[in-house]
Amino acid sequence: MSFLEVLYFIIPSAIFYAAPLIFTAIGGVFSERSGVVNIGLEGLMVMGAFIGILFNLMFVDTFGSMTPWYALIAAMLASGLFAVMHAVATISFRADQTISGVAINMLGVAIALFSVKMIYGKGQTDYIQERFIRDDIPYLSEIPILGPMFFKDVYGTSILALIVALLAWFVIYKTPFGLRLRAVGEHPMAADTMGVNVTKMRYIAVILSGALAGIGGAVYSQSISGEFSHSTINGQGFMALAAMIFGKWHPLGALGAALFFGFAQALSIVGGEIPYIDKVPSYFLHILPYVLTILAIAGFIGKANAPKASGVPYIKGKR
Amino acid sequence: MSNRVINILVPVISVILGLLVGAVIMLVSGYDPVKGYIALWNGIFGDAYNMGETVRQITPYLLSGLAVAFAFRTGLFNIGVEGQLIVGWFAAAYVGVAFDFPMYIHLPLAILAAAVAGGLWAFIPGLLKAKLQVHEVIVTIMMNYIALHTTNALIKVMSDGGDNTGTIHASASLKSAFFESMTDFSRLHYGIFIAIAMVVVMWFILEKTTTGFELKSVGFNQHASQYAGMNVQKNIILSMVISGVFAGLAGAMEALGTFQYASIKSGFTGIGFDGIAVALLGANTPLGIIFGATLFGALKYGALNMPNEAGIPVEIVSIVIAIIIFFVACGYVIRYFLEKTNKKKEAK
Repeated sequence: MSFLEVLYFIIPSAIFYAAPLIFTAIGGVFSERSGVVNIGLEGLMVMGAFIGILFNLMFVDTFGSMTPWYALIAAMLASGLFAVMHAVATISFRADQTISGVAINMLGVAIALFSVKMIYGKGQTDYIQERFIRDDIPYLSEIPILGPMFFKDVYGTSILALIVALLAWFVIYKTPFGLRLRAVGEHPMAADTMGVNVTKMRYIAVILSGALAGIGGAVYSQSISGEFSHSTINGQGFMALAAMIFGKWHPLGALGAALFFGFAQALSIVGGEIPYIDKVPSYFLHILPYVLTILAIAGFIGKANAPKASGVPYIKGKR
Repeated sequence: MSNRVINILVPVISVILGLLVGAVIMLVSGYDPVKGYIALWNGIFGDAYNMGETVRQITPYLLSGLAVAFAFRTGLFNIGVEGQLIVGWFAAAYVGVAFDFPMYIHLPLAILAAAVAGGLWAFIPGLLKAKLQVHEVIVTIMMNYIALHTTNALIKVMSDGGDNTGTIHASASLKSAFFESMTDFSRLHYGIFIAIAMVVVMWFILEKTTTGFELKSVGFNQHASQYAGMNVQKNIILSMVISGVFAGLAGAMEALGTFQYASIKSGFTGIGFDGIAVALLGANTPLGIIFGATLFGALKYGALNMPNEAGIPVEIVSIVIAIIIFFVACGYVIRYFLEKTNKKKEAK
């Protein structure tokens, strides 16, 4: 394998593994920018993965090859709805945001597994027949070097992830909505004084984060795992959370961090097929993403990058 | 109603609401909640064996609950209890298998190894938090995965490619012939005494020592503590390490008591994560943790009987536990309603 061939091999895999992280991390950006810590991303992703597979299995005869895309929408709605619970607890009921997030994580896994056992009578679902498929992007895939690297045999969902990240950047930094979102997360009282509805903004942000995490979960289950069991998501939501922090709460930063983690994950999974890397014991490749995350967080970002009001419930009239 | 009564009522009401929601979910899913809860009850108290196993399940919960709660008191959220427990589990099993000493040396040594391993595993996030202000939640989550892969790799090396360390020597075992004869050969072991002793230790450290005062003070207000001359960094690290020691001991309970070995794991044990629930329900107090660990340990073990006797998936209990945490987290609302009804009564 020449160096270029290695790149043709590893870069598409990295983007493939990064896509679910990108969606979920962008979701995290929305939530935290509004001042609500959302550690429940994992649970929301689990819910999305489960609903995605469930919908896919149930309606594959109706929708045929379009099933995964409809399942994506179903997962988005389900996880968005699930996130309302986190929103009510943290925004209206002033619950500790981390604890509510932990409850969401436990609940997501428990509800999904409970339903799987109830519906299928066993611990995991069947494999889906219709997955997301790879395709070449016309014209772009013919560009030399870059074409085969980024646009050949690429998943539609990966392209969608990039679009969502760019869109999120535009929404957060270039629209009045985004300005209000950031204001609410930095200084809710000032925003409130200026007539921004803090509660409403935060509800929208948390529900958005749920919807995006749901998409992330459904993308993962319908392109990577192909079924749902207790170990399907297994920490992807936490990785997304780390990507968001590593990306300094910025949509494009989160995109970059997610791609980086996707790369680390791809290495640990397909590394055995790459010269030199196949000599490294698999143990080191397995722990690589996590060690890199710790090093990245410890080395590259100091404190005081988080939105100022993140983690603090807003209580009207309290100074 | 005094504040104290309300503080006790909030978790109690949360538990009742959690069980009610569980019943509604069973009803909606087409199961019989009465049958389900009877199966749960029988799973906990059905016979001597089940009761022994229930207490056996409570043992690690006590320690993982203590671990989470101790860090909480210093304002730290240690989600890494799971990873610290796993390394403690391996360390204890390793010492139990690899060495052969008389019991009065071997058993304490194995327990100590678990405590040290857990403490070291928690030292890293503590150090990063204290020196670089890296958020401990992210680091501990990552450390969990590293612990899982590391111990799996070590077990593989130790057993020449096998998936199990082999059974520990009897001289390192917490097995209890007395408990076995009493509970119809359940796996209940002497670890329960260690767990309870640690509850006392936590109470003693927090309530009776200067160190404990400093730890709590840092938890309340870092800046004030610093201004008062306390070493905030040292206290953060110390709190994490002690928390890790408790977590490591929880691992020792599994290695030396319940399982007598360590094996390769495909996923987390869940004991560390449930420790969060235990600590929350117990309001991070030693006495509360006994209450929380007993409840959740009993629920978790009793649930295993639900698929057999009532045909209901075990996960229903995980749902109930999650809902309970959710209600405890939303304590503000419960408090609000309690105070409101209270005022109405007083007005009359």
